[in-house]
Amino acid sequence: MSAVAAFPDPNRLGRLDAETVADEQGPAPKRIVVGYGFWIFLLSDFIMFSAFFAAYAVLNGATADGPAGHELFDLRNVAIETVCLLLSSFTCGMASLAVSVRSPVWTQIALLATGLLGLVFVILEVAEFHTLVVAGNGPQRSAFLSAFFTLVGCHGVHVTAGGLWLGTMMAQFFFKGFNETLLRRFMCFSLFWHALDIIWVAIFTIVYLMGAFT
Amino acid sequence: MLGKLDWDAIPLHEPIALITAVTVVVVVLAVLGWITVRGHWRYLWNEWITSVDHKRLGVMYFLLGLVMLIRGFADAIMMRAHQAMAYNAPGYLEPDHYNQIFSAHGTIMIFFTAMPFMIGLMNFVMPLQIGARDVAFPTLNSVSFWLTAAGVALINVSLGVGVFSRAGWLAYPPLSELRFSPDVGVDYYLWSLQISGVGTLMTGINLVTTVLKMRAPGMRLTRMPIFCWTTLASNLLIVAAFPILTATFAMLLLDRYLGFHFFTKEAGGNPMMYVNLIWAWGHPEVYILILPAFGIFSEVISTFSGKPLFGYRSMIVATMAICVLSFMVWLHHFFTMGAGADVNAFFGIMTMIISVPTGVKVFNWLFTMYGGRVRFTSPVLWTIGFMITFVIGGMTGVLMAIPPADFVLHNSLFLVAHFHNVVIGGVVFGALAGYVFWFPKAFGFRLHEGWGKATFWFWLVGFYVAFMPLYALGLMGMTRRMQHYDVAAWQPWLVVAMFGAVLIFFGIACLVIQLVVSIRQRGRLHDTTGDPWDGRSLEWITPSPPPAFNFAVLPNVQGEEAYWGLKQGALRAGALPDLPAYEAIHLPRNSPTGFVTAFFAVVLGFAMIWHIWWLAILGLIGAFTGFVVFAWRDKEEYAVPVDEVAAHDARHRAARDVLLHSGVRA
Repeated sequence: MSAVAAFPDPNRLGRLDAETVADEQGPAPKRIVVGYGFWIFLLSDFIMFSAFFAAYAVLNGATADGPAGHELFDLRNVAIETVCLLLSSFTCGMASLAVSVRSPVWTQIALLATGLLGLVFVILEVAEFHTLVVAGNGPQRSAFLSAFFTLVGCHGVHVTAGGLWLGTMMAQFFFKGFNETLLRRFMCFSLFWHALDIIWVAIFTIVYLMGAFT
Repeated sequence: MLGKLDWDAIPLHEPIALITAVTVVVVVLAVLGWITVRGHWRYLWNEWITSVDHKRLGVMYFLLGLVMLIRGFADAIMMRAHQAMAYNAPGYLEPDHYNQIFSAHGTIMIFFTAMPFMIGLMNFVMPLQIGARDVAFPTLNSVSFWLTAAGVALINVSLGVGVFSRAGWLAYPPLSELRFSPDVGVDYYLWSLQISGVGTLMTGINLVTTVLKMRAPGMRLTRMPIFCWTTLASNLLIVAAFPILTATFAMLLLDRYLGFHFFTKEAGGNPMMYVNLIWAWGHPEVYILILPAFGIFSEVISTFSGKPLFGYRSMIVATMAICVLSFMVWLHHFFTMGAGADVNAFFGIMTMIISVPTGVKVFNWLFTMYGGRVRFTSPVLWTIGFMITFVIGGMTGVLMAIPPADFVLHNSLFLVAHFHNVVIGGVVFGALAGYVFWFPKAFGFRLHEGWGKATFWFWLVGFYVAFMPLYALGLMGMTRRMQHYDVAAWQPWLVVAMFGAVLIFFGIACLVIQLVVSIRQRGRLHDTTGDPWDGRSLEWITPSPPPAFNFAVLPNVQGEEAYWGLKQGALRAGALPDLPAYEAIHLPRNSPTGFVTAFFAVVLGFAMIWHIWWLAILGLIGAFTGFVVFAWRDKEEYAVPVDEVAAHDARHRAARDVLLHSGVRA
């Protein structure tokens, strides 16, 4: 037995036994607790989106003699939006790298790029909504459009809120440097930002692609 | 400037509503005045309003639930009195007012009585039971509580300013749409629930993280008390269900405020989608309420039987089975909507299946009592009362799970009797059992047992007298929510039901008297050891009330029933364990963030209800500013020095030592 203990399974080197970590050592460190809690929040957010997705699926055909998706969606615009959002995730990843090497300048640059790309995304989305509303195809036109505006708009609101969070955090990095609290907060922010990408991929597929080609 | 708000909003022409509103205002002003005169503001602000201590927040949650229980009960007894006299007569409540009352009663009892009761108990007890110093996110916990209080504030403002919803406790469209409910009633409903719902969701996230990540060394999942398991299951359900509620209400709000067509009758809207969505939240919600109650009964019955819980592992499996299955039965709330025979059959069978794990639990409780020396204290009375009442309620539920039977009973008083049978017999009895059981832990003295038993008997008998007639009335064809009726045979039953409500009134009165008497006799009821019931789980190892840091040193858990094991060890050894090595303890600082957020949430909600757009924007800006100020803080924690921890523990050990050597129990 002692020989076994002296030479632990090489496949498990560097990894503590799951039960030992969670149960025998007592409360998890704060970084773990915060990240874990934020994951649960993200899951709950996904569930909220799933309700909007469900509503969209139910009301998809309820156009009330108004236009359907393929008559409205401008895939070029959507493609640019998608590129912006995915690029912003890339720059958000760059910000993570900058934070991990504690480079204040590159952190700010990468976060600024993330924020600007997010801003472009929101502006494009607002422009799309504006075009639709002006043409008389606002959310009041039909149940389908209500569901469309709500689902896509809810994602847009999330991006906007993320932008506010981003701005606040940039100011905090600038004035306070890299302290533990801010590092944890940044970890949550990048989780949030990447989660919005996942939602967007679903919106892009289900709303725009499936809408444009049916 | 003030949107839709003007002097017509004050119910000057409705004497009942006006008197109620004036009374509430007078009582609130009297309380505030008393606090001011006695100079308690500083104490309240420092020790309670800004507190982030899970124990204080738990107590405040429970108190909120107690106050709203009285408000919700006032609605109930008004309805019972009205129906008792409304045979071929108008009764004393206008139809319009009557509809507001039944809507408010359901909304308040579920969201602002039952939920605060359960969340309060989970908040207070669970961290102590897993050996944690606090929940995972203490300040967020305070925000959650104050957002719930903000919802309560808004719903009570509707008493005096404007009207409340007349669309029932779930506000089905198209009735709740702007076209059929053009006034502010539904808006009060939506905003108060939307705001408190956010608070509940954050509680769910907080408590799930706490159970899974904050347990003391050695506290494996399968060593946790069952109450922690049911807390975990209940909060998982909150995390999974409340976002659906938020989304659904958001859709209805968009319909009402911006002319969207989710649930309208025009432009392709689909009211039936609302019914599906709201019950996809609503059915898990009833398990969110009942699962913690199951946990409370498990703790109570094992403690007072002097035995470990029978079938501990099967209890865990049953709890988690209910947790999963509760998402697969929602359609049984609307078999009559026309989903078709196949769909109805599936949900009917699922509904019957979910009663199986509940049955497992009932047998476990019975077998726990079997062969034990049961002490018949009032928590045990509540538990036994629950077991009998809940089984009856469960069986009428299984009866209605059969779709053809449901077509006959749907929306009748039989249904009303059924859900009161499980909610009162399960949730309310559970909350009150937990209240008596853990009160000494929170305040350092027990509750008066005589008044506690009187409370129990009035509630139990009152419940049966009030609700058994409703089963009969349902079978006689009386539908729910009737403002008046013309069937002579119904009236005697309704008179009996009103008499039952009066008995419950005495039960509530006894509850209040018990609290007052206990406070006055707190010297005699003092709990010196922290273990007044010969308990088995970790909360009883702490002094009553526990210090802010809960445990002087984190316990090292060796098995199930962590405290019982330690206690027996000390009894065998004839001495307490050796002095541990104390360390300074870091605790989160108090924060007004929760209170400030809630203040702006009330402003925002009120402004949205009355279409005062500038004020709404101001509320949003205020909330965001408060958030940034909180995020900017530099000192999050303060340290309790080693000496203080050691001195605190020394006093507690001395009290325990006396008991150990007097030979009573450790």
